[in-house]
Parts: sequence; C-alpha cells; structure tokens
Amino acid sequence: MDVFVQQLINGLTLGSIYGLIAIGYTMVFGIIGMVNFAHGDVFMVSTFIALISFLGLTALGISSVALAFLLVLIVTMALTALWGFSVERIAYRPLRGSFRLAPLISAIGVSIFLSNFVQVAQGARNKALPSMLDGGLTLFERDGYAVTLSYKQILIMAVTSVLLLGFWYLVQRTPFGRAQRACEQDRKMAALLGIDVDRTISLTFVLGAVLAAVAGLLYLLYYGVVSFSDGFVPGVKAFTAAVLGGIGSLPGAVIGGLIIGLIETFWSAYFSIEYKDVAAFSILAIVLIFMPSGLLGRAEVEKV
Amino acid sequence: MNAPLLSLRGVSAYYGSVAALRGVDLDVNEGEIVTLIGANGAGKSTLMMTVFGAPRARSGTIAFAGEDITARPTHAIARLGLAQSPEGRRVFPRMSVQENLQMGAALHGGRYFGQDLEKVCTLFPRLKERLNQRAGTMSGGEQQMLAIGRALMSRPRLLMLDEPSLGLAPLVVKQIFSAISALNREEGMTIFLVEQNAYHALKLAHRGSVLVNGRITLSGPARALLDDPSIKAAYLEGGHAPTASVGEGVQA
Ligand SMILES: Nc1ncnc2c1ncn2[C@@H]1O[C@H](COP(=O)(O)OP(=O)(O)OP(=O)(O)O)[C@@H](O)[C@H]1O
Ligand SMILES: [Mg+2]
Repeated sequence: MDVFVQQLINGLTLGSIYGLIAIGYTMVFGIIGMVNFAHGDVFMVSTFIALISFLGLTALGISSVALAFLLVLIVTMALTALWGFSVERIAYRPLRGSFRLAPLISAIGVSIFLSNFVQVAQGARNKALPSMLDGGLTLFERDGYAVTLSYKQILIMAVTSVLLLGFWYLVQRTPFGRAQRACEQDRKMAALLGIDVDRTISLTFVLGAVLAAVAGLLYLLYYGVVSFSDGFVPGVKAFTAAVLGGIGSLPGAVIGGLIIGLIETFWSAYFSIEYKDVAAFSILAIVLIFMPSGLLGRAEVEKV
Repeated sequence: MNAPLLSLRGVSAYYGSVAALRGVDLDVNEGEIVTLIGANGAGKSTLMMTVFGAPRARSGTIAFAGEDITARPTHAIARLGLAQSPEGRRVFPRMSVQENLQMGAALHGGRYFGQDLEKVCTLFPRLKERLNQRAGTMSGGEQQMLAIGRALMSRPRLLMLDEPSLGLAPLVVKQIFSAISALNREEGMTIFLVEQNAYHALKLAHRGSVLVNGRITLSGPARALLDDPSIKAAYLEGGHAPTASVGEGVQA
C-alpha cells in the first residue's frame, strides 16, 4: 500500500511532464494535421537553455532560488518560443500545400538537426544541475517506509494543472482559440472571414514551444541531469500520450500523459524496469484497437 | 458617377493549366444587387473565390473601393469589407452556431456582436433556437442560413452569395430572397448574387451578367436580360420560370 501510494505520486509527476509536452503535439496536429516530430527536440533544447541560464545566474551570484527560477523560466520560455517559431517558418511553412509527407520528412530532419546540434555544442555527456528546491512533505510513515511528496512534485503537478486550465480556456473561450479551431476545421473559410491563417499557425507553434519550455524546466529540476538525447524518448512518449488521449484534445493530452506516466512507473516498480516502455506502448496499441480516436477523441457525427 | 465598389478587368484564373476564367470584366456599384448566372461549371464560384485571391487571378486586375486587391492575401481582402457565403456553405462543423457567428464577427473583434446577433436572429429565427447546436449537425437549409448569417456578421460593404437557395425548400427560398432584397432596400447593402435559379435572381437584381465557359457573354439591366430570348431559351425554360404563380416557388 505504501509503495503503491508513493508510485502513484511519482507516476503522476512524470505523467504531468509528458502531458505538458503532449499539449504541444496535440495543438499543432489539430491545426495543421501534422505530427511535429521536432517537438520533442524543442523540449530537449529548452532543458539546455534552462540549465545554461541556471548556471549563468549562479555564476552571477544570484542566490535567491525563487528569483533565479523566475528568471530562468522567462529566459527559457522566450528562447524556446523563438525556436518553435523559427522551426515553423523555416521547415514547415515553405512546404505548406506540397504533398502530405513533405513536412513530416522536414520535421524529422529538424529533429535530427536539433539533437546533433546540441550534442556538438554541449557534448554527449549528461549535464548536471546542482540540486535545488529539495525537501518535501512526509505524508505518512510505516515500518520505516515513508511516503513523501516532494516540493518539486507539488510544483510540477500544480503547474501542469494551471497550464491545462489556462490553455483549455484559451482554446475554448477566446477569439484566438476560436480562430485556431476555425483554421483546424476549414482553413480557407477562416481566411475568407479575415483570419490570418499563417499567423494563427505560427502562434500555435509558439504556444506549443512555450509549454515545452515549461516542461523542460520542470524536467531539469526533477531529474537534475539532461542529455542531448532527452528529446527523443520523452518526445515519443508525449506523442503517444497525445494519441492515447485523443489527438486534438487538450484534456486528452494530459490524461494520456498521466496514464503513460503511471504505467511506466508502476511497471518499473512491480515488474521490470527494462520493459517499462514496452508496457506503455502495448497499452497504447490495445487502447487504439478498441478506441481508434483515443480516449477523448471526437466521435465523428457530422453531416457532410 | 462614382467608381464601382468592385471592379474586375480582364481577369483570368486557372486551375493548374486549365482556364476557369478568361478575361472577365465586371462591375458592382454601391447599393446594387448584381447577379451572375451561368450553367454548371461556367466558373461562377471560381469568380467569387478569385475576388478573394483563392485562386489568384493570373492576369487582369481586381479593385475594391478604389484599392487594387489583385495581389492581397485572402484575409486582408476580407478585412476590407467583403464577405462571402461560399458554395457548399462551409460552416465550421465542430463549432456551435453561436461560435460560427462569432467567427463572422471576428474581424471587428466582436465589437458589434450583440446587436448583430439580434439582427441575424430576426432574419433567421431558426438560428436563434439553435445557437448552441453544433453546426455540423444542422440540416442543409439551416446551414445555409448560418452561412449567410455568418457573412452578415462581418458588416460587409459587399455581400457575395453563392447559390443561397441551393437545396432549400421553396418556402425557405422565398424567405431568403426576401431577406436579400430587404437588406438591399433597407440598409443599402451591395450584393453580388450567384444563382441557379436565374428567374428569381433576375427578378431580384438590378443588373445581371451571363457567364459561359469562363467568359462574360452578356451584361445588362436585369429586366432586359429577363426578356432576352437567348437567356430565356438557355436559363429560364425547363421549369425555372413559373408562368402562373410568379414567385410562389411552384417547381417541378
Ligand atoms: N479546385 C479545382 N480544381 C480543378 N478544377 C476546378 C476546381 N474548382 C473548379 N474547377 C473547374 O473549374 C470550372 C469552373 O468551376 P466552378 O465551380 O467555378 O463552376 P460554377 O459555375 O460555380 O458551377 P456550379 O453551377 O456547378 O456551381 C469547372 O470546369 C470545374 O471543374
Ligand atoms: Mg458554383
């Protein structure tokens, strides 16, 4: 029981990070119907931006953790947003309107470029961050096994919940969100109504990148180390989460993320750590057989 | 005399290498209803879309309110005050009726939404009952009303309607035509109308043009076109011109 609760907490934390990345996949897929394969690597780049800015601030002698955290958050979000914006401009926009696979291939190219670039610029070894924001709450303790909820875990789950709510509101209730959904459903008609489709798509990429930046910062904080290859696996898992939750659905992305995080954590705890990814992807395959549009995917009930 | 609100000069448009419009000249003056009639595939819908730059005119010029819009992006053209209820209606299927109407009002940032919603709902009471329904689940006729309502929400200077009566029951067709005529009469709205139903369209319009194979073959006052023998033969015979029950919508 104690172990169970502890794993539940760990799984939800990991799942929150996947969920944040998954929102970026799901939004971009929603609007241009393309898997942004570079998204995982944009996330990875953000972990490095966060790391470098943390180290920079420490070198400058800023010792207040809260202040440092805030500054790093701003820098990371801004620079990662710029990445997301450039990737869309350089690799995707020129290919809009060409054959379907072209942007996909371009995305894979960008992904490889980003991970190699960071490998060359930062080296292949793991980079570590001095630990911060340590400590936490002991929920209960029995027979020497303490179930704890660390401050980092609280932060991660809280930030994810707030961002999910914020983005859900943005997409469902604001003019920008409406324009986004209009572009998703009929791009040409949106333009006929005065919506600047290119700008809407650009902003969607930027917002996805900002979420990836937050996820990157939290990931760095939680694990304390990052490596150039950290874009691929978390990226694929987050993509899986988006598909599992029903691509196009924001709450679906986070729920999918939580499920993947939980499966992975529990499988590692109770069965074997080597097969945790196999478990996560098998569940995905099984769910998709029975629910092809994912858990919260839309059922197609329209008239044509 | 004032310059026309919309004017096309020598406009050609292509799909790939196939010409859909060949040297089209057309004027729409402020306050007019102008109709374009033509057989299936003549290029009527293409002409409406070409005004918005999709497809873009390959030669010729298009001017709106004195500005050359030939090379402007589609969304920028719409923001000048042109609205279109396009062929196939193209409502956003996974948005509610209200959200579709909000999209129409988007280019004013929703400033007049409340009062314009009221107006559209008076015009089409059907929409009022269904503001929260998903547009994709509405009937064809309801979607047509929504597409027209959405176009009106942008307070256009020029309203372009592509076959607004398509697939509608005769009673609803009558309703829509009287709405169009009221908009023009009471608010002085300029309207460009593409219609299958040439008889109704010419009855309603001030002027008309005939499009054949991407070319304008005939233009003139609507009255004169109604009496033109070649038009009678090509577009008005065969069930479209009710002789006895004028305007009552009795059709084969
Ligand atoms: N997207 C497209 N790609 C290629 N050809 C097209 C496309 N759209 C229209 N066409 C062709 O252009 C010509 C004009 O089509 P358009 O839709 O403008 O005709 P229309 O006058 O509106 O006909 P209808 O009365 O049937 O609506 C037709 O021959 C059509 O096949
Ligand atoms: Mg047509």
